[in-house]
Amino acid sequence: MSSNKKYWKSVEELNENSSIVETLKQNEFVEEIPTDEFLGNKETLEETSTTRRDFLKYVGFSTAAASLAACEGPVKKSIPYVVQPTEIIPGVANYYATTIADGFDFASVLVKTREGRPIKIENNTLAATNGSANARVNASVLGLYDSLRIQGPKKAGASISWNTFNAETTGELTNIAAANKDIVLLTQTYASPSTSKLISEFKEKYGNVRHVVYDAVSESTALDAYQTKYGERGLANYDFSKAMTIVSVGADFLGDWQGGGFDSGYSKNRVPDHGKMSRHVQFESNMSLTGANADKRVPLTPTQQKLVLAKLYSLVTGNNVSVKGLSEKVEAAVKSAASQLKKAGSNGVVVTGIQDVNAQTVALEINEVLASKAFDPKTPIKTRQGSDKAVAGLIADMKAGKVGAIIMSGVNPMYTLSNASEFEEGLKKTQLSIAFSMKVDETSSKVQYIAAAPHYLESWGDVELKKGHYALTQPTIRPLFDTKQFQDALLKWTENNISYHDYIKEAWGTDILGGSSFNKALHDGVFVGAIATEVEDTADDATNVEEEDGETAQKASGNAVQALVASAKNKDLELTLYTKVGMGDGQQANNPWLQEFPDPITRTSWDNYLTISKADAAALGITNEHVANGALNSNYAKITVNGVSIKVPAIIQPGQAKGSVGLALGYGKTLGLKTEMQTGVNAYALYQDFNNVQEVTLEAVGGVHEFACVQLHNTLMGRGDIIKETTLEIFNTKDKKHWNAVPVVSLNHQETPVTSPEVDLWDEFDRSIGHHFNLSIDLNACTGCGACVIACHAENNVPVVGKTEVRRSRDMHWLRIDRYYSSEESFEGDNAKKDDISGLGSSLSEFGEMENASENPQVAFQPVMCQHCNHAPCETVCPVAATSHGRQGQNHMAYNRCVGTRYCANNCPYKVRRFNWFLYNGNDEFDYHMNDDLGRMVLNPDVVVRSRGVMEKCSMCIQMTQKTILDAKRDGREIKDGEFQTACSAACSSGAMTFGDINDKESKVSELLKDNRMYHLLEHVGTKPNVQYQTKVRNTTEA
Amino acid sequence: MKKSYQSLEVNLTNNMEKVIHRKLGKNILRLGLIILLAFTTALSAQEGDPAKGKSLFNANCAACHQLDKKMTGPALRHVEQRLSDNEGLDRDWIHAWIRNSAGVIKSGDAYANKIYNEFGGAAMTAFPQLSDEDLNNILAYTAEEKAAPAAATASAGSATATSSEGGISNELILGALAILFILLATGLYIVNKTLRRFALVQNIELPKATQRTPLWKAFIKNQFLMLVTAIFFLLASAYFVFGYLMQIGVDQGYEPVQPIHYSHRIHAGDNGIDCKYCHSSARVSKTSGIPSLNVCMNCHKSIYEVAPETLAEGKKIGVDYNAEIQKLYAAAGWDDAEQKYTGNSQPVKWVRIHNLPDFVYFNHSQHVTVAGVECQTCHGPVEEMEVMYQHAPLTMGWCIECHRTTNVNVKDNAYYTKIHEELSKKYGVDKLTAAQMGGLECGKCHY
Repeated sequence: MSSNKKYWKSVEELNENSSIVETLKQNEFVEEIPTDEFLGNKETLEETSTTRRDFLKYVGFSTAAASLAACEGPVKKSIPYVVQPTEIIPGVANYYATTIADGFDFASVLVKTREGRPIKIENNTLAATNGSANARVNASVLGLYDSLRIQGPKKAGASISWNTFNAETTGELTNIAAANKDIVLLTQTYASPSTSKLISEFKEKYGNVRHVVYDAVSESTALDAYQTKYGERGLANYDFSKAMTIVSVGADFLGDWQGGGFDSGYSKNRVPDHGKMSRHVQFESNMSLTGANADKRVPLTPTQQKLVLAKLYSLVTGNNVSVKGLSEKVEAAVKSAASQLKKAGSNGVVVTGIQDVNAQTVALEINEVLASKAFDPKTPIKTRQGSDKAVAGLIADMKAGKVGAIIMSGVNPMYTLSNASEFEEGLKKTQLSIAFSMKVDETSSKVQYIAAAPHYLESWGDVELKKGHYALTQPTIRPLFDTKQFQDALLKWTENNISYHDYIKEAWGTDILGGSSFNKALHDGVFVGAIATEVEDTADDATNVEEEDGETAQKASGNAVQALVASAKNKDLELTLYTKVGMGDGQQANNPWLQEFPDPITRTSWDNYLTISKADAAALGITNEHVANGALNSNYAKITVNGVSIKVPAIIQPGQAKGSVGLALGYGKTLGLKTEMQTGVNAYALYQDFNNVQEVTLEAVGGVHEFACVQLHNTLMGRGDIIKETTLEIFNTKDKKHWNAVPVVSLNHQETPVTSPEVDLWDEFDRSIGHHFNLSIDLNACTGCGACVIACHAENNVPVVGKTEVRRSRDMHWLRIDRYYSSEESFEGDNAKKDDISGLGSSLSEFGEMENASENPQVAFQPVMCQHCNHAPCETVCPVAATSHGRQGQNHMAYNRCVGTRYCANNCPYKVRRFNWFLYNGNDEFDYHMNDDLGRMVLNPDVVVRSRGVMEKCSMCIQMTQKTILDAKRDGREIKDGEFQTACSAACSSGAMTFGDINDKESKVSELLKDNRMYHLLEHVGTKPNVQYQTKVRNTTEA
Repeated sequence: MKKSYQSLEVNLTNNMEKVIHRKLGKNILRLGLIILLAFTTALSAQEGDPAKGKSLFNANCAACHQLDKKMTGPALRHVEQRLSDNEGLDRDWIHAWIRNSAGVIKSGDAYANKIYNEFGGAAMTAFPQLSDEDLNNILAYTAEEKAAPAAATASAGSATATSSEGGISNELILGALAILFILLATGLYIVNKTLRRFALVQNIELPKATQRTPLWKAFIKNQFLMLVTAIFFLLASAYFVFGYLMQIGVDQGYEPVQPIHYSHRIHAGDNGIDCKYCHSSARVSKTSGIPSLNVCMNCHKSIYEVAPETLAEGKKIGVDYNAEIQKLYAAAGWDDAEQKYTGNSQPVKWVRIHNLPDFVYFNHSQHVTVAGVECQTCHGPVEEMEVMYQHAPLTMGWCIECHRTTNVNVKDNAYYTKIHEELSKKYGVDKLTAAQMGGLECGKCHY
């Protein structure tokens, strides 16, 4: 019996006349498939005689031919030296001590060279002067191999010879001097005794010479304040290792404040020792690295900061100053800070980053009253010497046509001046303009002569970092291009025929060394002169004098405080311009390592952005959102300062003070760098009158900006076992199990620690013989500065992947520094909130809330690399045994064995494995340093460059541990503690990372393993990592 | 503190010591030449014994002087004659000069100062120990006439003759066998034909071959056989394909032609030069290092040609060793006539023989200095190689085979004391192999 039922698939079928039903009977799809669209040009497609079958034949044949051709090995050539330099042995690294002094970064470093090529920057442990290698200094070696460097001197865009350059410029200079017009040397801060001497000789020869020192990011106010007070142009020197109470008002001293380099001293007292650690209170508007490390952070607008400083002064010194306009909460915070300072006495220190002479004077005053041990007025820092007034005066003179010649070196005013157009106008009126530059940049493209300048690794030089503390710069490679340094040209202009090296040697012999060996100083890289000790005596006298003149001094400072309070007028919205750890003043913008370096706070790479508080963003209608692939998008805002506006993407920054916004300098360069590196906006346009705080108006302009942010989940969600932390009080008074308990599991209804072998899935191996490496990371000492990230990049040939790939979470960093915000006031609050959650309703709502960071959150940094688990989950899932465990504790990765299943990455609880989605070297799609012969010179020959389709990860620098072992074997000796290092632990100047052998019972790391603060990351998983973390302790003690 | 700024001076003196040492030690080659000269020359009429003089000359003078060629010092053939003819200086002057040249120069002697300045102010070593008789013997030796090198070419021709004789005899045997075979075949055919004719004549019916299924058809029909054969062929081809694939990238026996024909046989074999004299970085570095040309010149400044026998040996294989030395001079920019560097050098582009892939880390110093492995273990009989070739397969299997079987050299090495004691107790062995020390772990070579 057949059924009469009629099945229909759509309403259309009921309509008998429907054309769609008819079409569907003939064709599967209603609409025509747009094959032409993806097949491209239809005409050429029709014209071609190749059929599909032919095409497949060709493909098959060419594949076979290619694979056959690949079987033939290429002929490799080996070309030895004709005369081998005695100091070079192929395959053995040489180290040279030198000093970077690029006008922004000053540090004494060791340069590792292989076969004559500098490949890595390391800390010079002999350097007693502060200023260890930060992320930028570590990355600076790549600048040497920048393919866009100028290869020789140029005149109006055409290449000329140095002889022509010398002859023409000397002639011009002589004419200008004869016409009695001004000759101006506009330079970076050299802080170089020899250069100063040379310039004075130049002045003698040409007469009307003016030397203007210009710092792109000015510290002029601090210099002026110090000069007025102590009669010498320099910056106050602070040693935070001598301070137990630190109050900072707007000073990002772990960043680039007053030249930077204070972090190693700061970290020394951050680790609880005998129950004591320093207390750090920070008042600031932007969330800075320093604020993130503070025990207590009070977000305030810059105006309010001035009031806080005045109030602090009044409370500490007892001079009554009426300060109005501070909220009760802030007032209480200031009072508490002041009483702590007073209690600490000479162990306290106050620093400020407010760019105001009065504010700087007040800070110096407070430290003097405290008799702060951390504040050393005898040896001022010399690494910033610029004067805003002199620069402004110069521009006025240039515009008036008074300047005959301008010679620039180490500066790029056309990029870094807010009034660049005025400078350009002036430049046109100068008779002769010369720029010593490594690039055809914004400035050098506007001058008559570009003098190709060498990189610091190709130059000679000397620096007085602090008064009496000298450092030498020596070349570590022959100049790659036809370059001459500024000082060589000065020597030529003064008709001095000796080389700059001889000149320095002579100058040091007569003025600095005082009989010590120049070669020893060159070997050490640093020299502490006798002057420093001499000054100490006289400085003691000076303090005596000051005590006598106490009254007058107090009067003067009283005026400064009054002026400070008077200048603190309320503004609607204030912008604080800052420099990022990765980019600094923007000199190294063409450095892909630094572009891809994620900012420690926002974890965003390849960009600068406006940081704005959540409340302000909501009021303006600016949003941040995560798109489908997890990446971060945001809206643009238009920011206007005195009529100058720029459109900039905004990031909602937890901890940003309401009524304030922040923007990083150093981005938005357009000349002298590859297209990929032309990121962000130029904030120097807003840096008017060299003031980093500007009153602004802001409006949302819509649009969508795509960020390359590497961490999209910002809070810990109350998972206190990832970053364990406690307060100093609990740490001192309670047992370990209260604040660092080992997780337990139930075994036969008994609580058993996860570390015990009974509850382990794996069998234990005996690891007591030979070396067993461990890396300890102290979360108290780690400031999150990121020097280790770049050091790891350089040591391990980690590729740069570019902005779009980072956005797809394909960044290759072997070492990342996770940054977490608390969603409550503190992480402890998070834990409590999570523990209180019960039931579906509350968990749905409250977990959602916990995803958002608090308005002023606590911040914690945690460097995470491969944890080298003894019971590694990755090893058990690899189908080809490409990753395996060594007896020395390292988790090995044999790249040539890897087939790229990525099972290991999926099974890794720490997410530290990185997959090579593409071939990143010699690939035009990734046009970074690994794409040209010059850039590839930086590669470490001891580490393989990985190819497409393989997994990679931190190897615990096995090439370094193996080298240490081999050196010991060759010498036939045992290895001492401290000899084993990894790139990250060697780069860490704050002492947060300690690497060593735990089977050596005397080693520091084996002691740390037994420390009460020690815990392993995700210990409950039972992976038994070889990386230890030391619990973070916060000093929350209020006065 | 990891740093290395060696003093330039220290290294210079080191190098100079090496140069002198080599010059003294490496004159064995020249010895051959001189022996040849001695046998072909008649005794001269001079007083003194030229044979004794020759050995004295080689022991004392040859480091700086040659008979016919200006070197560190002037050429010395007929020196006595020359001095007395041109300068009017007698044998006593020569004796005084040899015993104490500095004294003669100091005395203000005109010719002594002239020659001193001509050779760049390099003072001649004093030989006060040589007696008058010794000196006369040496002078007698220098007074001999130069011999014409004739013996070498004669022997070369006869060698080819003997080798061709052996070839003819082989061919003869083969030819005879072939003829025999043809005769047999023809015989059989004729016998067969005759028998058939007999049968035809006698009307004997020859049995007709029944139409059997051809073997190949039967084979195809038998499915079992087909299956077995197919499996056999598959396995066989898999075997060969596998064998082919496994040798890809294995260049054992790779023997490329080098820009300069450098004979390890002569240097390391005949002259017994230590491998690490030239490949010095093998002791301290991951690479053994191809010696730079200044290392070659340490010896070849004075060794400008090879002995006639060596030259003849080279001719046999089509190599002119003297021309190869000239190639070295051209590359190093050495003007042999003027005895100085022109500064016009051209690095030699050697063809690299031992190529490890980039993903393997191999360190020579680990094996050479720490383990004390002989170079020949991996590089084969280098001292017998006229042209260098790759001896070992350099595959991973080859590496770890050695690691499994080789004991760790722990003697007098404080690094190993503790770990060796503990590990040998653990494994219950006296001596540990490299594998037991962890030498099979992936990460030890792959990073």
